[in-house]
Amino acid sequence: MSFEQTLARLEQIASSLDRDDLPLEEALRLFEEGVAKLREANTALGEAEGKVQRLIEGASGVFALEEEA
Amino acid sequence: MFDAPGSSPDQAFGVGELTTLVKQALEGGFPPLWVKGEVSGFKRHTNGHWYFSLKDASGQLPCVVWARDTRRIPAPPDEGMAVFARGQLTVYPAQGKLQFMVDALEAEGEGLWKKAFDALKAKLDAEGLTDPARKRRLPCFPRTVAVITSLDGAARRDIEAVIRRRHPGVHLVLIGAVVQGEGAPASLVAALDRLARWGGADVAIIGRGGGSREDLWCFNDESVARAIAASPVPVISAVGHEIDVTIADLVADLRAATPSVAAEHAVPILAEVQEHLRRLGGRLADALEDRVVAERRSLTTQLERFTLRATRMVERRRARVQQVAGRLEALSPVATLSRGFTVARDAEGRTLATRSAFAVGATFDLLVQDGRVRARTESVHADAPHLPSRA
Repeated sequence: MSFEQTLARLEQIASSLDRDDLPLEEALRLFEEGVAKLREANTALGEAEGKVQRLIEGASGVFALEEEA
Repeated sequence: MFDAPGSSPDQAFGVGELTTLVKQALEGGFPPLWVKGEVSGFKRHTNGHWYFSLKDASGQLPCVVWARDTRRIPAPPDEGMAVFARGQLTVYPAQGKLQFMVDALEAEGEGLWKKAFDALKAKLDAEGLTDPARKRRLPCFPRTVAVITSLDGAARRDIEAVIRRRHPGVHLVLIGAVVQGEGAPASLVAALDRLARWGGADVAIIGRGGGSREDLWCFNDESVARAIAASPVPVISAVGHEIDVTIADLVADLRAATPSVAAEHAVPILAEVQEHLRRLGGRLADALEDRVVAERRSLTTQLERFTLRATRMVERRRARVQQVAGRLEALSPVATLSRGFTVARDAEGRTLATRSAFAVGATFDLLVQDGRVRARTESVHADAPHLPSRA
């Protein structure tokens, strides 16, 4: 699931939880899913290393990424 | 002595010899220069060269633009257009004709640039490539941003700095390209092709820093425009400054005024994303808490309703019990006994209500209003016990 999809799902969960007609059991299940998704999203944010690289195309059309100074 | 060339039939020039001499004299006497005039009789030869004359009220100058030089001129001039031409005055020996070899041509004002721009725009408009409906939404949270620009240009540094500041976690991939001069369009197209075949970027920025109109012209190239339009990755164009609008801007998914602005559009601010996540987490927790509070309130209400109902039920029952008790009291033998009647009972507590219940000699109890009397059956009679004879 992309970060964008994860966020969209979180929004959806929050909206569902705002509804009063949701059975309590379902509300608890959604809450748990929401917490897992939040953790996932936070992890994804912290994961990226933020490198600057150069795209190099080899002779056979194979691509390589080279670190930039 | 009459030995000077051309001084006698003996010393006559060959035609080619003389025209070549004139050519050399002209080229030596006139350095490359600018000429202004009106374009007349423009013809594009099949070999790619352009032929026309420059005219004004008193003169006419035959001009040629070699095919390789036409590539630097944005568009062919219109008939009668007032232009400035830079070139070398020479003679075309084969025809003995004066000729101006033009290597740069400018119309007054925006002239040829505008003409070329408008012509390409009209063509791309007609194909729908500039249609705003074609523009794709940029990803909100790209992991990898590709940048197509000169590896040692200012644009690249600007983009890098802005992205680092906004979101240090985003991965930046540079695809080097020539961004000005004759090789630029082909180089940009090749870079876009690499971007597409590589497939690792979520969004791409293509552009360069500010420069002259000629410097930026590669971003008005048709092949570059088509490559941008065909890109599988959403493209942000960022060419020059705010005022520079190029064909690349029109076909890109988003036009940014400058490379720095492009970087701002490409990448969200990490702190804002984190804040958004925090808010979402808060919303989830609040929603659940509200839910729990609501459940508890509903439970309390139900409990209260139940208690109330139970209390009422108990009261109703008590009232009924009292009612029944009243009726029972009315029926109670105690009341009867208090009126002077007695009840006979055997040892097992059975009421002895008829003659047959009494056995002569057997003992029994008589219940009276204030106690019990042990009695014995003397005799049994069929006549009523309340006969006056007995009283």
